[in-house]
Amino acid sequence: MSFAELNLAAATPEILLAISAMALLLLGVFLGDKSMRLISWLAAGALCIAAYLAVHVAPATGADPAFGGQFIVDGFAAFMKVLALLATAAAILISIGYASRNDMMRFEFPILMTIAALGMSMMISANNLISLYVGLELQSLALYVTAAFRRDTVRSTEAGLKYFVLGALSSGMLLYGASMIYGFTGSTDFTVLAKSLASDGQPAVGLIVGLVFLSAGLAFKISAVPFHMWTPDVYEGAPTPVTAFFAAAPKVAALALFTRVLIGPFGPLLLQWQQIIVVIAVLSMVLGAVAAINQRNIKRLMAYSSIGNIGYALVGLSAGTQLGVESVLIFMAIYIVTTIGAFGVILAMRRKGEMVEEIGDLAGLAKSQPLLAYSFVIFLFSMAGIPPFAGFFGKLFVFNAAIDAHLYVLAVIGVVASVVSCFYYIRVVKVMCFDTGEGVFDRPDPTIRVVLLVCTLFVLLGVFVPGPVAEAATSAAASLFPG
Amino acid sequence: MAITLTHYLTVAAILFTIGIFGIFLNRKNVIIILMSVELMLLAVNINLVAFSHFLGDMVGQVFAMFVLTVAAAEAAIGLAILVVYFRNRGSIAVEDINMMNG
Repeated sequence: MSFAELNLAAATPEILLAISAMALLLLGVFLGDKSMRLISWLAAGALCIAAYLAVHVAPATGADPAFGGQFIVDGFAAFMKVLALLATAAAILISIGYASRNDMMRFEFPILMTIAALGMSMMISANNLISLYVGLELQSLALYVTAAFRRDTVRSTEAGLKYFVLGALSSGMLLYGASMIYGFTGSTDFTVLAKSLASDGQPAVGLIVGLVFLSAGLAFKISAVPFHMWTPDVYEGAPTPVTAFFAAAPKVAALALFTRVLIGPFGPLLLQWQQIIVVIAVLSMVLGAVAAINQRNIKRLMAYSSIGNIGYALVGLSAGTQLGVESVLIFMAIYIVTTIGAFGVILAMRRKGEMVEEIGDLAGLAKSQPLLAYSFVIFLFSMAGIPPFAGFFGKLFVFNAAIDAHLYVLAVIGVVASVVSCFYYIRVVKVMCFDTGEGVFDRPDPTIRVVLLVCTLFVLLGVFVPGPVAEAATSAAASLFPG
Repeated sequence: MAITLTHYLTVAAILFTIGIFGIFLNRKNVIIILMSVELMLLAVNINLVAFSHFLGDMVGQVFAMFVLTVAAAEAAIGLAILVVYFRNRGSIAVEDINMMNG
């Protein structure tokens, strides 16, 4: 293969991220831990530039393969990369204040997040089982370390250990599935797989086994029920900025990978995987709605909320149509912004420098910090799916796609689960706004205020979402369905 | 008796199952979990190399090389997390990993 055939230009955002991660590491070693603030800003800047480049290198229609077909750049990849990279940049920025107060001022933190973002970017663009696995592991290995980043606390290291063990298990299952798929089709390339599966009549049993294992491994990474057990523990134990990061960017990347694998190479096997995804979606939505009711810790509550939200995204995916993929893209864009905003508020909730994590302790927030409380109200209403906030439109698109694919029961269960989940979102609102509590809350950090402002505006202007975001999602979804 | 693809796949499936059971059934030591994870990855490697040989296609062996490399990195990070956990908790028994109820 000649140098020109590598088509390095298609991977410009990834190359930029890799080089800037190494350069920042070098800078950090020279300047020491006091440079954490500077490195955080530089890393966030590099991520924003990479997000711009991801859009810039994507072809208007069709796909642009690189590295001999291992890596692919299309509209879908560009959309998901922008979400994942900007979410990572936002997570880095809202973590600065927390890090300075909680003995986490170590320069490795933003660098690890940059490397995880590089892994996500590779996952989103993977067009081969090998690059899928390597990208997934690059992301996961960086995430295990960030979960255990407060290495002198038992909770954080325990979260890291649990995440590592279950993550390694899921990688093993994914890999076993990949080996079966390779063995029964003779190829690891998604384009070749799609062609050979479309021409074959009845798929081999070994191939279906491989598909099930691969789906189980990916369901672990997006924490869909029944592979969700690690989520509440890891979300509770990990440092709060890391939890914010986990709830946002890696979910987008893993869901993008899931979508690409199922729609691309396994598109011809729709009838086989549709049942699996429908069951996973129903279980996730129901568990996310029911199990969150009894939670007292706000991070655990957000963990169950994210499990439920992944269920809604899978409803769109289970349709298996272009409309379905489009709804997943819109839903994830709105979910990311709402989640980053909600965690920005959680990071800002402090009394005399102490983090407040129990929901009962939030009483009186609306009196002490009204702007903070009311932006949280907006995010919670959006997640509950109450119009006119953006979250309502996300759910609307997803259920619309399910109805369009004649999955009526699934849509009805989704709406019921959404109504049940309103209870615990609105309970938090009630505690914040109407219960009387003692003590004054601290003023949020400036970076958190900026991120919150952007997220609140996005969620409030949700009425206009069937505008630019939906247009971008339409053309991105079209790139997965050639011809 | 000639050794066929089925034999290799059976061995790999047995090793993979032992690996999964090692993770869930062991109540003693986290190190055993790390060993079980390695066992799973090696079972996958047997699968890949056997398929590669019987398909007459090199991609499987390249894949196996990548898996080996990543497995080494994964073991390094797993042991590092285990060491910091041991420093804080003073134990690596599986039943002691219970700070958060889950």
